Amino acid sequence: MATAAKKTSARIKADGKSLAIKVPPPAKFDKEQELRAYRDMLLIRRFEEKAGQLYGMGFIGGFCHLYIGQEAVVTGMKMALVEGDQMITAYRDHGHMLAMDMSPRGVMAELTGRRGGYSKGKGGSMHMFSKEKNFYGGHGIVGAQVSLGTGLAFANRYRDNDNVSITYFGDGAANQGQVYESFNMASLWKLPVVYVIENNRYAMGTSVSRSSAETDFSQRGLSFRIPGIQVDGMDVRAVKSAAELAVEHCRSGKGPIILEMQTYRYRGHSMSDPAKYRSKDEVQKMRSEHDPIEQVKARLLEAKWASEDDLKAIDKEVRDIVQDAAEFAQNDAEPDPSELYTDILL
Amino acid sequence: MPIEILMPALLPTMEEGNLSKWLKKEGDKVAPGDVIAEIETDKATMEVEAVDEGTLGKLLVAEGTEGVKVNTPIAVLLQEGESADAATAKSAADGAASKPDADTPAAASGDAGGKAREADDEPSVKKDAAKAPAAPKAEIAADPDIPAGTEMVQTTVREALRDAMAEEMRRDEDVFVMGEEVAEYQGAYKITQGLLQEFGARRVVDTPITEHGFAGVGVGAAMAGLKPIVEFMTFNFAMQAIDQIVNSAAKTLYMAGGQMGAPIVFRGPNGAAARVAAQHSQCYAAWYGHIPGLKVVMPYTAADAKGLLKAAIRDPNPVIFLENEILYGQTFDVPKLDDFVLPIGKARIHKQGKDATIVSFGIGMTYVVKAEAELREMGLDVEIIDLRTIRPLDFDTIIASVKKTNRLVVVEEGFPQSSVGDHIASQVMQRAFDHLDAPVITIAGKDVPMPYAANLEKLALPNVGEVVEAVKAVTYRA
Repeated sequence: MATAAKKTSARIKADGKSLAIKVPPPAKFDKEQELRAYRDMLLIRRFEEKAGQLYGMGFIGGFCHLYIGQEAVVTGMKMALVEGDQMITAYRDHGHMLAMDMSPRGVMAELTGRRGGYSKGKGGSMHMFSKEKNFYGGHGIVGAQVSLGTGLAFANRYRDNDNVSITYFGDGAANQGQVYESFNMASLWKLPVVYVIENNRYAMGTSVSRSSAETDFSQRGLSFRIPGIQVDGMDVRAVKSAAELAVEHCRSGKGPIILEMQTYRYRGHSMSDPAKYRSKDEVQKMRSEHDPIEQVKARLLEAKWASEDDLKAIDKEVRDIVQDAAEFAQNDAEPDPSELYTDILL
Repeated sequence: MPIEILMPALLPTMEEGNLSKWLKKEGDKVAPGDVIAEIETDKATMEVEAVDEGTLGKLLVAEGTEGVKVNTPIAVLLQEGESADAATAKSAADGAASKPDADTPAAASGDAGGKAREADDEPSVKKDAAKAPAAPKAEIAADPDIPAGTEMVQTTVREALRDAMAEEMRRDEDVFVMGEEVAEYQGAYKITQGLLQEFGARRVVDTPITEHGFAGVGVGAAMAGLKPIVEFMTFNFAMQAIDQIVNSAAKTLYMAGGQMGAPIVFRGPNGAAARVAAQHSQCYAAWYGHIPGLKVVMPYTAADAKGLLKAAIRDPNPVIFLENEILYGQTFDVPKLDDFVLPIGKARIHKQGKDATIVSFGIGMTYVVKAEAELREMGLDVEIIDLRTIRPLDFDTIIASVKKTNRLVVVEEGFPQSSVGDHIASQVMQRAFDHLDAPVITIAGKDVPMPYAANLEKLALPNVGEVVEAVKAVTYRA
């Protein structure tokens, strides 16, 4: 795997332009950053657990894809962004929205299909947007968001601003044709887009080794001269330093870059996933040895930047936010029937 | 207060399941994410995870119980200082109340589904109609008045389209055009001729041959607030991109609750050209006309091409603009006005008449115009309506005409099944049945892939004779 990647790099190097990028060491977090990361990831975790519960109770319908286990990816990415940078992803999107500071009430109420949801209850779990927070969805068709995110970057370049489009997709979407159509244009036109491949090892129930001829996703852009690196997506510090490198790469006019986030989802693909394709031991091992939240917790305690009680206070704050969102989402009214025919055309 | 753990639904359709195994026992401490039980449905075995922290006070449903209804309390979770006895008593008292009732969304939607199915069995339409609010009727302005004495300039459809884009690009910096061969080559059909020279490569963007990709890039740019004009070399190639057009461009405004949409124009030649065979000769009017969230325009004359393309570029919604290669070189009068914009959604009465109504659009109009001349010689005075827009469809104009002539023929080049004409015929039947003196006749392309051979291609398309015969039939002159 690594050998093949090196060969390709060498070939491209022949014209004097090396694509090799060194993986930066994990960022050094100060106390504030550690606490912030802990709180933000915990909010996603607790929110998702609550969403799973509400799904079980019948308050959330349809498909519901939980982000549990992958929290460090969006949290670390967000730490490198500035005002105006855009985010777009597929349907495992609740974590991305919370990371972009969208209101937990608005997201949860959308999950329950209520009028106070971000899309007035008309989009649901997979289709939510916030123009105000620069979150461009929430897309239900695997891979479609990659072209759209490239289009957001096109708009940044057209307007000659400094903003970057952070375009997420999974290891499954990485095999869609339009991903490579987008890579080609993004590189050709030097568009400011960071392609974040969230490799959680399974495209629904198919492991990467059973679906992908090249499983080093960071190398998937080589044919288009897009550099890429593999990142420990379970370590929020590693994500943040990679994110900073990537957005700087884009802002300096060098065009797109790929970050392969090596991560893991604890839950099934969606709520109705019987998880027959992987062992319980595998899941348990990731949870006990690589959990993104536990890693931060351990560091906070070890550095004595927080006591157990301090962390409990954060837990309570987060739990209260989630509880408030859940209550709002259960009690808010369904959309008025008159909404059936609104928002089709402007 | 003790927390009840309920039997979860792991599928939207799940109503009950078997509690196959408890993985924790009474008195065990649990944390969020801990697997506490396994349940079994007809589809699979799945795990139940704890959401809250606490101590398992009481298991209310025994391991191995079958047919446990969703939302039945299966265990009680105690917080610090709470006792299991109090919890059990509470559960016994509240058990019934905590079961799903009509207020829960799952129950409510199930209920609605049941009603809808019942309604299907009833012949009465009124009851069904009462459920959903009526679709709002769009107010569409009439064509602008063209001041007397306005100079008319003989213009090809090709030039009219180019002028429309150039005028709008001068007017609005956010408008740009992208597509294959639109810049250096000056357009595969020369529609973008001169635009690169005037606006530069930033706003006239040659793309690789990558329809799916650049349609998505266009929609993304539109979501960010730009106003792209995406040219497809032909709409036949846009099938590669139809997911982005339908799922991303057309549906985003609705799925975003009105927060963001895609102000974008997809344009290019549509339908059959000449001798290019099946893969390059398909009309997409009915396809895109099917999709809520799109506007679909298909002009015939150069004036309509110009006025409607300008309107499409200014429209905040995604607009499909269907042109035709054969029409590109045809010449029509275009009023010389500074800003000639026409309303999308308004049909144009091409010719007034009293004996029968012929509705057509785009290249279909060429058959109608020739047939009209023959019919006139036979003493038949037909009214011709050029739809111009397929969606929203101007039924008011069609029905007003049918009420006058009592006879209707619809002409198009597309395939016959689920055609635009079929939709018009069905609506006229429902809205103006009593005004019809003859069955509506729909003329379409034949139900075959477009053949290459010249004689077969001619047979596959509608022809003037068919239109003449149809009008004679509805007026009982046959």
